[in-house]
Amino acid sequence: MYVLIAGGGKVGFYLAQELLQSNNEVLILEQDAGRVAAITEELGENVMHGDGCEATTLDAAGVARADLVAAVTGDDEDNLVVCEIARSRGVPRTIARINNPKNELLFKRRGIETTISATQAVLAQIEQELPTGEMIPLLQMHSGLELVEIKLPETSPVSGRSVREVLLPPESLISLVVDPGGVPRIPSGDTRLNPGDALVVVTRRESSPLLRQALIGSTHGLDT
Amino acid sequence: MNILIMGCGRLGARIAMLLDEQGHSITVIDTNASAFRRLPEGFRGRVTVGNGMDGTALEKAGIQSMDAFFAVTQGDNRNYFASQLAREVYGVKRVLCRIYDPVREGIFRDLGLETFSPTSLGAGIMVDMLLKGAVPSKGS
Repeated sequence: MYVLIAGGGKVGFYLAQELLQSNNEVLILEQDAGRVAAITEELGENVMHGDGCEATTLDAAGVARADLVAAVTGDDEDNLVVCEIARSRGVPRTIARINNPKNELLFKRRGIETTISATQAVLAQIEQELPTGEMIPLLQMHSGLELVEIKLPETSPVSGRSVREVLLPPESLISLVVDPGGVPRIPSGDTRLNPGDALVVVTRRESSPLLRQALIGSTHGLDT
Repeated sequence: MNILIMGCGRLGARIAMLLDEQGHSITVIDTNASAFRRLPEGFRGRVTVGNGMDGTALEKAGIQSMDAFFAVTQGDNRNYFASQLAREVYGVKRVLCRIYDPVREGIFRDLGLETFSPTSLGAGIMVDMLLKGAVPSKGS
């Protein structure tokens, strides 16, 4: 796969490193000459000096044959523009990093995949300190699926039940159970669910209200 | 018309002045309050300090009731971003934006925005001035 990465900051650098290790062809576009030199030292010739928002730079980088363009600069407007130009050049898949979580809707409307912003990840982390009964989105997946974390409250309708007995919305799957002691288990049908357990669940985005109702219950004073 | 102008530089201030003179209801948003000094004396519109790429700031400026939006900051990407925000998220009917880079301008126009590139236009006019002796009109 040929992956073009706009932005050679920490996100871009580590992304490139991972992709290179799994034998992909990678090119980072970075505006800052000093940063380019530093990346060259670590990753060799897999970096190019230039502005990824310039169509000419993208063309020189061979954008037309890229399988994926990832725009991961710290500026949402730049990331949007990179993805739009890449798509106008026929790139089948574009992913943007969003720094302001509020911008997610705009990228969605433009049909551009987004990664959970660092801000949102920190928020989720903070929310984990809040009382149980919250549903925390962890990851939006390509196919309309979503990974969420749910901490079962005392009043959970499924507490004391086994995974087999729990009625979940279609295409939803409890994929991990972390007990209050922090021990993770991959659940079987017989695994019993208890208050305080943290569940990592794969679900369809549109099913999340149903999922919340099934696992947290509607009596918890939460908006559904 | 209710019109929101993002960016109170020379172009933004001048658009604000012209449309205000024609009796339209103008709001100007800029991140820098000192930019509003470019507005003429007697300007009847509203000014608000804020970042036009931020939905909250746009809402404060009344984006929901706007008939038209101008994105005329110095940054092409900022102008494009704010324009799409106005159009896609807030449903503003007429969205006009300045894009200096002619290549980007073409791409954004193909994506359905009303774009304007002073670079291509200016270059054309100046070449005509040299070769044809054409004098550009001042446009009021």
